[in-house]
Amino acid sequence: MEANKHKEPFVRIVKRDRIPLWIALLIRLAAILLSLVVCALLIYLITHSNPIQVYRSMVDGAVGTGRRTWNTLRDTMILLAIALAITPAFKMRFWNIGAEGQILVGGIATAAVMRCCGDSLPTALLFLAMIAASLAAGLIWGLIPAVFKAHWNTNETLFTLMMNYIAIQLTAFFSIVWEAKKGSGTIGTINQKTQAGWISTSFLSDIFGNFNYSINLIIVLSITVAMFIYLKYTKHGYEIAVVGNSENTARYAGINVKRAIMRTVALSGAICGFTGFLLVSGSSHTISTSTAGGRGFTAIIVSWLAKFNPFVMILISFFLVFMGNGATQIASEFQLNESASEVIIGIILFFILGSEFFINFRLIFGKHGKEAR
Amino acid sequence: MSFLWSVFKGIFSVTFVQKAITQGVPMLFGATGEIITEKSGNLNLGIPGIMYMGAIGGLAGAFLYENGNEAPNGFLGILCAIFFCLLFSLLGAMIYSVLTITLRANQNVTGLALTTFGVGFGNFLGGSFSKITGTAGQITVYNTGQAFRAKIPYLSDHLGIVGSLFFSYGFLTYLSIIIALLATWFLLRTRAGLNLRAVGENAAAADAASINVTKYKYLATCIGGMISGLGGLYFVMEYLGGTWQNNGFGDRGWLAVALVIFALWKPARAIWGSFLFGGLYILFAYVPLSQSMQEIFKMLPYAVTILVLVISSLQRKKENQPPASLGLPYFREER
Repeated sequence: MEANKHKEPFVRIVKRDRIPLWIALLIRLAAILLSLVVCALLIYLITHSNPIQVYRSMVDGAVGTGRRTWNTLRDTMILLAIALAITPAFKMRFWNIGAEGQILVGGIATAAVMRCCGDSLPTALLFLAMIAASLAAGLIWGLIPAVFKAHWNTNETLFTLMMNYIAIQLTAFFSIVWEAKKGSGTIGTINQKTQAGWISTSFLSDIFGNFNYSINLIIVLSITVAMFIYLKYTKHGYEIAVVGNSENTARYAGINVKRAIMRTVALSGAICGFTGFLLVSGSSHTISTSTAGGRGFTAIIVSWLAKFNPFVMILISFFLVFMGNGATQIASEFQLNESASEVIIGIILFFILGSEFFINFRLIFGKHGKEAR
Repeated sequence: MSFLWSVFKGIFSVTFVQKAITQGVPMLFGATGEIITEKSGNLNLGIPGIMYMGAIGGLAGAFLYENGNEAPNGFLGILCAIFFCLLFSLLGAMIYSVLTITLRANQNVTGLALTTFGVGFGNFLGGSFSKITGTAGQITVYNTGQAFRAKIPYLSDHLGIVGSLFFSYGFLTYLSIIIALLATWFLLRTRAGLNLRAVGENAAAADAASINVTKYKYLATCIGGMISGLGGLYFVMEYLGGTWQNNGFGDRGWLAVALVIFALWKPARAIWGSFLFGGLYILFAYVPLSQSMQEIFKMLPYAVTILVLVISSLQRKKENQPPASLGLPYFREER
């Protein structure tokens, strides 16, 4: 009937060549604002209280006191460290979703050194041993799937995912072997009396106050700068970018793709392991199956949304942790379940992910190709 | 020797098989849903989240029905539960579909965000349901839960061991197997199934053959999501008997994703695969080892999945590979 009549689609999608930075920023800002409006609606539906008031108490919950601010900063740094760790692998299109596992084995290695050498080694050596152990453990955990990916193209997404659960069971195993009280199934605080192997910030209390995580902050920010330089100005960083864009191009250019994959993922795993060290030595002084707490997955989204730029990751991790900690605060105020933070983070992520479309594509309405920004 | 004997005695018992099947059913729902989704080229890592959403949806639906009712009818409770379970899982699948198919967001990232959201959503609603609705205590739907648990009458208790092995489950167990068989038939024997597989293998070629790629991707992802959601429903209704347990569903959603690999993208294979996984999941309780070694034993399903993954990538058999364009977005104007 209408088969030969050429029909103009109502809307067409065209890929953008490039987009001015300020428009891209504006689109993202609009997405974040929109997500906050949706969250506010949801909050109103559930608590029936003024959303503005609720947001105010969220701010209070996240940065209301010195202690809360440091907690938020601590969580930001951990999330940032994981995001930085997986970035080189990601940039190479190696989907390392095994950060959870790599963090845990790094944490186990740290805890093991703390437990067995805490009394015998001098402090400097003890820390060296802890760091070396955590790096090595994470490195091995990352390298296993990488070897299979490089040589036999085994799907790394699913392989690293499974490695997470093996690491979780390993943690559960050590939780029982090292349990503090028989039958408790938890390790408890390691070296509570001697505090051997704890990152101590007391000598900085004049600057940052008695309760602070300043060392974690300094370490992770240094990693951020280092990672930026590594990705942008080194030969390795260049190889990562080439392999990520096209493996064939990389091969023609004489890059050893297999070696690049294994080296990069090993680095990625090692930094994740180091994050495990930061968690055990620098904040919780214990380890359990929930030590990583899903942050390995959130970090993937952080890295992706930041377009692999380490400095943008600082902002995104801070924003997500800020919202999450704030939501936990209001949840406890209204006696709601603390998973509220995951719901809110999820909604924000959906909006930011959706907004990428309007940055990468433009819409053309109707016949004459009127463009809409 | 006596060690092996005691393990054998434990495994070759009716209760072990029953428990393995009970553990396997949610994974089977999840895996069947994920296979249909992946056949359209969408790697939906949000399935664990969708299963949580389906679980809490079904529970909330049954609760709203039972709560306003003096003498709640089990059958109507089941209908309400299934309807809201499907609705909530559809919502999860739609979020994923709109973001990845229409807005072309990255599939892995979107899936993980959906899992974060879905698990949080389930735990949040489940944990604060009484607070939100102003009712006392934990959210429970006893009548509906019992209705879901109802075994096949007569057959389950008059046939001895055959009855307990094959007929002593609630109807969702049989539904999971029927859906898996139907999915196999659909994928291999129908025109629409052929088209769907074409979309997953090479969307551009399918598009050129005038197959509506967007429609197939949407339908497969949404229907797949709803099937997976039933796995969550099974867990809260038949396994827990109509109540909520925070994080109770645990990592079964990821096991469902693992099962897809184990089944090599074949729903019929997922049936026995799910029972095997269910068995591996509870095997630790049947091995006379110390508590700590049992934790090591719980690695089994994951280790087996890795093994299958490695072996199938070593073999490179054509029929055992994932859909060729799995995880890739499709944009017609991009070549």
